[in-house]
Amino acid sequence: MYWLKLALRNALRHRLRTALTVLGLVVAILSFGLLQTIVDAWYAGANNASPNRLVTRNAVSLTFPMPLSYRDKIRAVPGVHAVATANWFGGIYIDKKNFFPQFAVDPAAYFGMYREYVVADDEWRAFLRDRKGVIVGRKLAQTYGFKIGDTVPLQGTIFPGVWQFNVRAIYEGAQPGTDTSQFFFHWDYLNETVRARYPGRANQVGVFVVEIDNPDQAAEVSGAIDATFRNSIAETLTETERSFQIGFVKQTEAIVIAIRIVSFVVIFIILAVMANTMAMTARERSAEYATLKALGFGPGVVVLLIFGESLAIAGVGCLLGVGLTFPVGDWFAARMGTLFPVFEVSGGTVALQFACAFAVGAIAAIFPSRRAATVRIVDGLRAIG
Amino acid sequence: MAILLHYGVRNLRTRKLTTVLTAGGMALVVFVFAAVLMLDAGLRAALVATGQYDNIVVTRRAAGTEIQSIVDREQAAIATSQPEIAIGASAGRLASREVVVLIALRQRNTGVPTNVGIRGLEPSGLALRPQVRVTAGRMFSPGAAEVVVGKSIAERFDDARMGGMLRFGGRTWAVVGVFDGGGSAFDSEIWADSDQLMQSFRRMAYSSVVARLADPQAYEALKTRLEGDPRLTLEVKRERVFYEEQSQTLSNFIRYLGITLSVIFSIGAMVGAMITMYTSVANRTAEIGTLRALGFRRTSILAAFLFEAVLIALVGCVAGLLLASVMQLVHVSTLNWDSFSEISFRFTLTPGIVLQAFIFAIAMGVIGGLLPALRAARLKIVDALRSG
Repeated sequence: MYWLKLALRNALRHRLRTALTVLGLVVAILSFGLLQTIVDAWYAGANNASPNRLVTRNAVSLTFPMPLSYRDKIRAVPGVHAVATANWFGGIYIDKKNFFPQFAVDPAAYFGMYREYVVADDEWRAFLRDRKGVIVGRKLAQTYGFKIGDTVPLQGTIFPGVWQFNVRAIYEGAQPGTDTSQFFFHWDYLNETVRARYPGRANQVGVFVVEIDNPDQAAEVSGAIDATFRNSIAETLTETERSFQIGFVKQTEAIVIAIRIVSFVVIFIILAVMANTMAMTARERSAEYATLKALGFGPGVVVLLIFGESLAIAGVGCLLGVGLTFPVGDWFAARMGTLFPVFEVSGGTVALQFACAFAVGAIAAIFPSRRAATVRIVDGLRAIG
Repeated sequence: MAILLHYGVRNLRTRKLTTVLTAGGMALVVFVFAAVLMLDAGLRAALVATGQYDNIVVTRRAAGTEIQSIVDREQAAIATSQPEIAIGASAGRLASREVVVLIALRQRNTGVPTNVGIRGLEPSGLALRPQVRVTAGRMFSPGAAEVVVGKSIAERFDDARMGGMLRFGGRTWAVVGVFDGGGSAFDSEIWADSDQLMQSFRRMAYSSVVARLADPQAYEALKTRLEGDPRLTLEVKRERVFYEEQSQTLSNFIRYLGITLSVIFSIGAMVGAMITMYTSVANRTAEIGTLRALGFRRTSILAAFLFEAVLIALVGCVAGLLLASVMQLVHVSTLNWDSFSEISFRFTLTPGIVLQAFIFAIAMGVIGGLLPALRAARLKIVDALRSG
């Protein structure tokens, strides 16, 4: 206890230096936490995927559609519980930078599968009654100020023209991690309009979302669906929703890796700063450590003092940094709008922050404490800071 | 003054560990800063190299990318017959009606399916891209189920190597050549005959029309006429602008993330420099007093300590840039969010980035060193001499 107190007192001797070091640590731990959270956000779609949902798409690539007639054939495959159609709309809301995902879905089937999207009954009925109705997520509604009854114009990129939608319902997420930044409207509305404007492009479906009875049968059912359409005009590729989402993440993996690397670089930067502080501190106190040794204390005590001081500074910086991660994370998520549908600081991130801070504190103390422990008393007493 | 500068340099050498650690922190910051700018520069270079200044790209209005665009035969015919478009070698127009589709290929190392763009061209399409050279094998023959693959595709996908077979669109295609797109986005594409590709994918319409202008100045006139024509639903862009716009989302993301990180990290590094310089001043109070007693002015002391801080920053900057220049060997492949297909580019170090890195490092040194240097300059001679 006594030694701990001495170590803490030591830390407070150069208040300015300690304060600056703590500041550096706070910045580093904070940015490390944010970067880890960004990486988590990247994988959020995959983590929210349900094991009993499959996604069937055209085997050539996602940009190729499939005929609507596949819906009934998929439904007839043993083990399939329900099938919903979904088309990526890719519309622009006012400006290209206002990006959010828009899907044309067949509502009863789709929302029957995605039970994590919670819609109030009266709003749901209002949406079903309106051909141009749309259900928006809570987060999306907050970002762009959509209210029930608003008209939202979208400039189509895949389906040309300006499309008007009426906000009829706002869905909530069942869990905090649920993506509420999406925009769903009637697949029939899309199809009818396309049929009127471009007859050749009607009855084409982007993906089929398939719900299966038993998640353990995912592989068999996927295989059976793909076998049904082998050697047809549009061969299919069916995979679990999770691997479908992972497929997207994998394609931008270079960026995720870069962010990961950078988040560890910041730890190295702060390690350099912290090690520097401890090296200077120990150098200044060479004479004191020598005195302690001359009084008969072993080298272990000196090592303990230096480690105690280093870990105390790292600990304070870490606590402040972790404490700030939550409010700054919320602010960042609000600023980014719907770019990151889910932005939650996870327990794993906080644990990593603590681990890194501890490692920085410990590593920074190794070199000075070794020198202080091994230096001869005479040399230590003679040393000038 | 020269003595004081020498004094600063000697001081850094005396406190080696501290200098190395402080400069090391700054080097990492400069490294991140430069690496981000290099990534952005590489992406831009790839997309700028893709577009020729006197080429135009005609797509459907508001389509943004060739994947989303549909240009039917009638509209394509009108677009290619405009008088501003240059005459090619075989008396036809120097224009290529092209079709671009995406297919998913599995990567060699990871097995991850990746979207790769396949472009169908007409023979004049090659003349429109002088930067593209066939480096192995030969060009595909018109009318045959043959493809040539971009350099970076050939490296990364098993089926797409020279002599391999690719299966898509219900047919098997022979890979008969590899081409080098000169670092452009074409390096990440597969090329085939336009008509063959359309038949395989049962498409009735092209994706875009690419054409060479006889006179680059005629662009505005052509654009106004084509976009004002009530028969057409087309949009005309210079090829260079077209590809620049495709890099915007990714480029902005890299840039914003990178600048934010650099600023945050630089706070850490400046704190490091400040700690070092404060200690350096505190340890040398008596020396500063002596210098002042010898007749050096406060401004000279200030300058000397600032110089020391900047020197550390410069050492860090050089180390960081050396580290960053090694990154030039690294190729990055990622999904381009605008075109939804794979793009491959290289970290590219430009003189502008070197200059920016130096300015950034000097700023870090000055900001980190200013307060400690002010403290040194403000010391009273008597107090300073007594403290030793």
